[in-house]
Amino acid sequence: MKHLLGIENLNRDQILHILETAVSFEEINQRQIKKVPTLKGISVINFFAEPSTRTRMSFEVAEKRLSADTYNIAVSGSAITKGETLADTALNLQAMSPDCLVIRHAVSGTPHMLAQIMDCSVVNAGDGFHEHPTQALLDAYTIQKKKKRLDGLKIALLGDISHSRVARSNIHLLTKTGSQVVLAGPATMMPRDVEKLGVTVTNDPKEAVKDADVVMMLRIQEERESGLMYPDRREYAKFFCLDDKLLAHARPDAIVMHPGPANRGVEIEDHIMDGDRSVILEQVANGVAVRMAVLYLLLGGSNS
Amino acid sequence: MKTLIRNGKIVNPRAGKSFVGSILVEDGVVTKIAAGDMNAAGAEAIDASGLSVVPGLIDMHVHFRDPGFEYKEDIVSGLEAAAAGGFTAVCTMPNTSPSCDNIGTIEYQLKKARTEGNGVRLFPVAAASKGLKGETMAPIGELKEAGAVAISDDGKPISDSSLLLRVMQYAATFGLTYLSHAEDLSLAKGGQMNESYFSTLYGLPPIPSVAESIVVARECLMAQYLGLPVHICHVSTKAAVDTIAHFKKLGVKVTAETAPHYLTLTDEAVGSYDTNTKVNPPLRSEDDRKALLAALKDGTIDAIATDHAPHHERDKNVEFNTAPSGMVGLETAVPLLLKTVQDGHISFDRFVELFTAGYGILGIEGGVIAEGKRADLTLIAPDYQWTIDKNMFLSRSRNTPFHGFHVTGAVFRTIVGGKTVFSRTY
Repeated sequence: MKHLLGIENLNRDQILHILETAVSFEEINQRQIKKVPTLKGISVINFFAEPSTRTRMSFEVAEKRLSADTYNIAVSGSAITKGETLADTALNLQAMSPDCLVIRHAVSGTPHMLAQIMDCSVVNAGDGFHEHPTQALLDAYTIQKKKKRLDGLKIALLGDISHSRVARSNIHLLTKTGSQVVLAGPATMMPRDVEKLGVTVTNDPKEAVKDADVVMMLRIQEERESGLMYPDRREYAKFFCLDDKLLAHARPDAIVMHPGPANRGVEIEDHIMDGDRSVILEQVANGVAVRMAVLYLLLGGSNS
Repeated sequence: MKTLIRNGKIVNPRAGKSFVGSILVEDGVVTKIAAGDMNAAGAEAIDASGLSVVPGLIDMHVHFRDPGFEYKEDIVSGLEAAAAGGFTAVCTMPNTSPSCDNIGTIEYQLKKARTEGNGVRLFPVAAASKGLKGETMAPIGELKEAGAVAISDDGKPISDSSLLLRVMQYAATFGLTYLSHAEDLSLAKGGQMNESYFSTLYGLPPIPSVAESIVVARECLMAQYLGLPVHICHVSTKAAVDTIAHFKKLGVKVTAETAPHYLTLTDEAVGSYDTNTKVNPPLRSEDDRKALLAALKDGTIDAIATDHAPHHERDKNVEFNTAPSGMVGLETAVPLLLKTVQDGHISFDRFVELFTAGYGILGIEGGVIAEGKRADLTLIAPDYQWTIDKNMFLSRSRNTPFHGFHVTGAVFRTIVGGKTVFSRTY
């Protein structure tokens, strides 16, 4: 595997292999000195052309703990603000011979375009509404840790599916590993023919959450078509917020997940987010190990 | 000057059944058509045996970017591409810069085609509204006088129904038809590809097919109300086909075109994120494609037009959402449409009708091989197998998703007014 562009084109074995590899990296993250020389001399460029706190930091932490040389580019400080095309930027970066580009971009397919232009490995850190593969992998890692399996589970995925790359990557991953994914949210937030991805769709969150092992909430993306997807935050919260009443329909041992950043009180109640069924911060912690595993598998093979 | 085209299969559906015969051309005019071979002293002979000889094709929908964006295509290169594609006439859309909302631009285009072009006939379509803004009417009467054969804001709809009504009325005063780019901009806003399972899978902002059909229905109702003709450009959806068929049955004077890419590709192709698959209207679903194929056969679709939309590689080599819409079409249209003949969807006669219907729709002389008429002819080798190579295009642009496609059927010679403007030997 040279690139990680999405979950769609991975098979079950590849997914499980990444997750197994992450186990050993999780151990490193618990040591006092959290650093190994695995990717010493490897250069990784982090190019986040969209705002990000978690994913960006997580990649950088993962890279540094593997002793890779990391370089960060922000659009605001780059030649793109001078009108340089992304393709030209990519060629210039390529000229500096990096080993890996981690790219976050608002336009779907951009990592695929860069993978064609550049010789180095490309890791998709989220492209448009398309995929966010490392997020799905860290979610799966978290689920597996809590539930000891990734098959035969019922996973409820609630909220804005249409604008969510997290939803798409999770749907691909969890259906490939043999779990049942049920989506719920207002019909305006369901992308067309999403059932063909192998999921069940309902407008009723209770039905989705009923007997679920995992309740995964998605962020309401207010920057996207606000006022056209749902009337307002108040009405959304009234019908779709994860509160005690809704969570009561899930299995008693169900875990609650959210990829962040969360809108407290809109899609998830504060005390559930902060409560003991929430694994939201564990997702973040596991993200570092999973990204270390991905970088190791893409970059470590030929150099170690 | 005499030219004799010998022993070709003359496929001339508006005149009757096809037959193997020869055509004598003198001073740009067909003077004799006869079955079998012919003798003509002093004539330059063109051996057409094994080829189909058809009336010169017309592409009633091309973008030549001249004036304004000559680096993508200018009138000279566009006419070369047309000739290579078998077209003896093209209608150029008005979204140049400045747009064709003034006689200066129309006169410039006609003069450049006449003085610098290869002889392929160029018929400008003028803007329907000033600056293609959809706000106020362009000087349609004067534009007609300057040589415009139709009006359109192609690239954009006239969203304001009140303006549409008046534009259609006013254009009719001068005998011009409105060519409609049917798109509801509020529904299509921000969209990058057809809304379907594939837009869900690829995560690209969707354009619902109803964005087209809703406007097609409005145009048909307007034509019905006014008793005037309307022409629908680049029909891409089943719902639009059904709507047009409905209004045709009622006797409404609606005509329609579609483009080869809607008959060849579906929205699935966008998964490569190749910006050459980005086109407006977008590539649609398999159901839409099937409906279009049926509509070619049953006559709901009257014409094939390419919507030839050249864009420079640097304009297309960008993020998908940033890329301009469009693909070049002139040099791939004939083989792509012949595929529908080979697959049994339409007859070769129907193929010829579809590629020459634009003459009738726009009132331009042509579309039939007849003694005493213009000698505009296209010679096609229907069985010739080749591979589309964008680097061989005569167009200045290369934006095609069909590079590397294996196809059967090629244009061997294009003749305008008796003069060969393109020929190919293998």
